[in-house]
Amino acid sequence: MAHAAGVDVGSTQTKAVIINEARVIVGRALTDTGANVMRAAETAFRAALLDGGIPEEEVGFIVGTGYGRYKVTFGNTQVTEISCHGRGAVHMFPRTRTVLDMGGQDTKAIRVQPSGEIQDFCMNDKCAAGTGRFLGAAATALDLPLAELGPTALRGERAVKITTTCTVFAESEVLSWLGKGKKIEDILLGVHESIAARSIGLLRRVGIEPEVTFTGGVTKNRAMVETLNRRLGLTVNVGDESHFMGALGAALFALDRIVAARAPAHAAETKRGVA
Amino acid sequence: MDQSTPAATIVGRGSETGARLFREWFQGLTAAADEGRGAAYVFVMGSLCELLRVFDFPIVFPEINSLQTAVRRVAHEYLNEAENYGYSTDICGYVKADVAVQLRDGAHPMGRIPKPALAVCTNACNTYIKWGEIWERMYGMPLFTLDVPGSRGAGLASAPGSDDFERDRRYVEAQLVELITVCERVSGKRFDIDRLREHMGHANTLGAGWQRVLELNRSRPAVFNALSDGTIFLGVANGFRGTAQGAAFFTDLVEEMTYKAEHGIGTPIDEKWRLIFVGVPCYPIFRRFSELFSDWGGVFVNSTYLRFASGGANLGFAYDLARPIASLAEGVLLGVRNAMDSMFFQTQALVDMIDGQAADGVVFHPIKSCRTVSTGLADTRRALMAVRDVPSLFIESDLMDRRVVSEAQMKNRIDAFFEGLASRRQQVAEASA
Repeated sequence: MAHAAGVDVGSTQTKAVIINEARVIVGRALTDTGANVMRAAETAFRAALLDGGIPEEEVGFIVGTGYGRYKVTFGNTQVTEISCHGRGAVHMFPRTRTVLDMGGQDTKAIRVQPSGEIQDFCMNDKCAAGTGRFLGAAATALDLPLAELGPTALRGERAVKITTTCTVFAESEVLSWLGKGKKIEDILLGVHESIAARSIGLLRRVGIEPEVTFTGGVTKNRAMVETLNRRLGLTVNVGDESHFMGALGAALFALDRIVAARAPAHAAETKRGVA
Repeated sequence: MDQSTPAATIVGRGSETGARLFREWFQGLTAAADEGRGAAYVFVMGSLCELLRVFDFPIVFPEINSLQTAVRRVAHEYLNEAENYGYSTDICGYVKADVAVQLRDGAHPMGRIPKPALAVCTNACNTYIKWGEIWERMYGMPLFTLDVPGSRGAGLASAPGSDDFERDRRYVEAQLVELITVCERVSGKRFDIDRLREHMGHANTLGAGWQRVLELNRSRPAVFNALSDGTIFLGVANGFRGTAQGAAFFTDLVEEMTYKAEHGIGTPIDEKWRLIFVGVPCYPIFRRFSELFSDWGGVFVNSTYLRFASGGANLGFAYDLARPIASLAEGVLLGVRNAMDSMFFQTQALVDMIDGQAADGVVFHPIKSCRTVSTGLADTRRALMAVRDVPSLFIESDLMDRRVVSEAQMKNRIDAFFEGLASRRQQVAEASA
């Protein structure tokens, strides 16, 4: 049985997914990207193989995606993460028409057709405000691990208004609110509100059509999911594999190639059969 | 290639000649600067070159000077100098590069720019007027601002032949008469209406040629790339408007493009996608910017830039040489108003381009430097998407400032755009199979 792989080299983390011909995820892995992008891609891919117990020779095609996609040197081709997140989201949640991908350094709003074809997209430009990096800055300022941000924000009651639009200046603003005696929970709730507001602004530029699927590393942050749901007035699709969505989309494109490669031979055999 | 064949002698001639004319133009400007001759500073949207040439002013297009600093990859030096002087990072990059040229006593990567004796601008761009005021303060020379009545709303422009149009035309004509007086005073030369006729005749030839060249790009494959080749042609259309050289260039260019169309000769790349460009090019990475599309087989078959920045040459308007000043007023009114409409009411123009040139997609490129051409692009895109099911891409950068050009992010968006085009084409093919 042939397998297909997708490797998503993001600015913060690298994800790899292996799927079988039934388009089911059989292996996945995640590692920090770090400075050696090629090594991160290789590490994630090998870990995904190990996770699924799949021999490397059974992987028929590999697609690289993400900003480091051209560093997936063992891959067969590259597809942008915009196309991959759209494809992965529609595969996982077939009624998806809008995708919000919140990654380490960029946030994308993507409109998709039922086929998974990208209809329109919009991204943050030249600024990391409204991305995972904004949360990272807040975590640094408050000396909290990233994983604690969501649970802490969920305990907030009166969100502090974060007015700055710059990730770097946000750190100073967080510290200034601390100096004024605001509770960490309320400050963090304000940070989540600020990011959600900017992300929804991107979504509005492409048009918000339900269902909305939330993808990327920040999907693991429960406070962000709840803030988005409240601000959007709907429930965004989030699953256990949502932070692997780009890699999944890449793997689906890889499987397309495997199937397409068989098609001409199949067609020729059929023709011969008819003759 | 056999150098004696028409293909060898005709194909590529326009780009080569255009580059040569540009070098010669700047050599002429350098000579004028060295002789201390005062120039007429003008802008692409309503340059009035035909009239100014009557008084033998060296013609300077500060917009073209500025973009050349970007193409030659030294714009950042000029921008920094103007910002160190006190200009904000938010001010138009064209203005700041020119300010630095003035602060450097005309020093420019292509030669030396003479100082202005006179500046002429229209209200087509609000920055033009504030820009001209900078020269007024620097040099104490006159700034003549031509107030061109614009369209009052989409499709509501006064039409030639109507009373409203005639009133608008007379309003422009009266201002041209005033300008002639100013030119006589500044140059010390008497106005010669026969010389005006001569320059307007050359402009007629150039305009007819430019319009024909744009039409010829309906060919498949396209005979020129509107983003790369087109920008060279546009430079000649502006810099050599009203000259025998400009007229000859466009006569030859029509011959070249006709030959290419008749023989199915396209641009050097394998044309897979026919695209429309909306906005101003990204000059700081001009070649690379073009390659981001051509690497995918994308060819720009048309561009709004070739229209709103061509001084109305795209309209192919022919001056009536029997009544030159009245006709010049009519041409300026139509040309400048069309340039303004190209920015504010361009949906129908884009629909015509898409339908007429069988375009696969539209690329919108708003720029930080220019609110005038960029502010309405999001609305234009929405309006276009409402009437045509055509994929579009919206990417933002600048025409001068590398600090706001993120090539990696830009490439990501462009790659995704082409992936979408390919996916759409595949689905159409599967549906019709």
